[in-house]
Amino acid sequence: MQQIPIILKRELASYFVTPLAYVIILIFLVLAPALAFFLGGLYERGQADLIPFFNFHPWLYLFVVPAIAMRLWAEERKSGSIELLLTQPVTLWQAVFGKFLAAWIFIGIALALTFPIWLTVNYLGHPDNGAILAAYVGSFLMAGGFLAVGSCMSAITRNQVIAFILATTLCFVLLLAGFPLILSFVQGWAPAALIDAVASLSMYAHFQSIVKGVLDLRDVLYFALLIGFFLLATAVVLDIRKSS
Amino acid sequence: MIKTQNLTKRYHALTAVDDVSFEVRSGEVLGFLGPNGAGKTTTMRMIAGFITPTAGTASICGHDVVSDPIRAKTVLGYLPEGAPSYGEMTVRGFLEFIAKLRGLGTERRRTRLAYVIERLTLGDVLHQTIDTLSKGFRRRVGLAQAILHDPAVLILDEPTDGLDPLQKHEVRSLINEMAPNKIIVISTHILEEVDAVCTRAIIIAHGRIVADDSPEGLRARAPSGRLDDVFRTVAA
Repeated sequence: MQQIPIILKRELASYFVTPLAYVIILIFLVLAPALAFFLGGLYERGQADLIPFFNFHPWLYLFVVPAIAMRLWAEERKSGSIELLLTQPVTLWQAVFGKFLAAWIFIGIALALTFPIWLTVNYLGHPDNGAILAAYVGSFLMAGGFLAVGSCMSAITRNQVIAFILATTLCFVLLLAGFPLILSFVQGWAPAALIDAVASLSMYAHFQSIVKGVLDLRDVLYFALLIGFFLLATAVVLDIRKSS
Repeated sequence: MIKTQNLTKRYHALTAVDDVSFEVRSGEVLGFLGPNGAGKTTTMRMIAGFITPTAGTASICGHDVVSDPIRAKTVLGYLPEGAPSYGEMTVRGFLEFIAKLRGLGTERRRTRLAYVIERLTLGDVLHQTIDTLSKGFRRRVGLAQAILHDPAVLILDEPTDGLDPLQKHEVRSLINEMAPNKIIVISTHILEEVDAVCTRAIIIAHGRIVADDSPEGLRARAPSGRLDDVFRTVAA
């Protein structure tokens, strides 16, 4: 089982060799707080919490996470390094998991580097830091969900751009599954149970209470299952397509 | 021992590998010859466990590559076609990564790395990223990762492709050096390589084995005694 950490370390190190990693970190460091203050009115609200900050995370992740995920497998298949990796004494699952974890940790690092805004709100008032910590954990989980979807889309194609577009689209659909925009596709004809099922897939719905710092077990479970499902799907897609 | 039995690979209507069976024992150096698209690389990929066969079995040292893939891959060193690697890594970083994946302990890692670096003359490019290397150097890095853990079985897809005559000679003498204690399978287009290193040659055409003999035996089949005449008649 030491294969996973070995793959993880290699993958994580490779992020910091490319400019993409630094651009993404910069986006998090600059855009996330900017959105929170200027669009979210964090200061004007006069409340010592980070709800305006966390509210923007799904939208940030929608574009940033597929950008990280797109290179997970598409590049390996294009360059042929997947043949090298999978003929080592490594199982497909170890490879999928190792790469996913590396990307997730990278996002975690970018997320952690937003701590200045946490310090700021502590300077401005007396926030519930437990709630903020819970919200960070929840946000990290949601990022994992986006990433798992992206990982699967990256395995489907050799073209990073297509992987990015597929991932963004699917994440958008999952994010807003409970909203009229998406729901309208099933509302006309599907039974009520199916409509409810589709609505419950909504990532946004499961993120609402997390923003306020409430880590409901059902929401945690939702993200865990989402990640598990799409990582499994990644492995299946790779297994089917690895030779073509 | 490498053993394949009725190994077949079909892609929808196309049969890439058709009922290929052979055995290779320790001390043998088997050359896979055949026209482009004959099925050499597909066969090697199935034995290496990268592609799943449509039918038939392959095993390496008794480990079936489909049902016991990890053990099969542990005793195998494989150089894929085109010698792929992680371009953004340095040569040293890449080889250390493979050494760790192969489970080599710190001391053994040091000795083996030193050996392959010296043997494949990678000393000058250790700190260069692989995507800046020439084709020949990349192939040598690929060879290095294949022999790094001193495996009992080696499968090398076009090991001297892109190498200059000096380097070709070096790699061939390396293969000859390792041959007595290993099973080595190489695929090649270079017929002189067959004479230089192979103890046995299999010619594959349209996914089927059309000849399986020693180089001398094959040469005897053509009145001219030349391998490329044999190749042309048999593989056409």
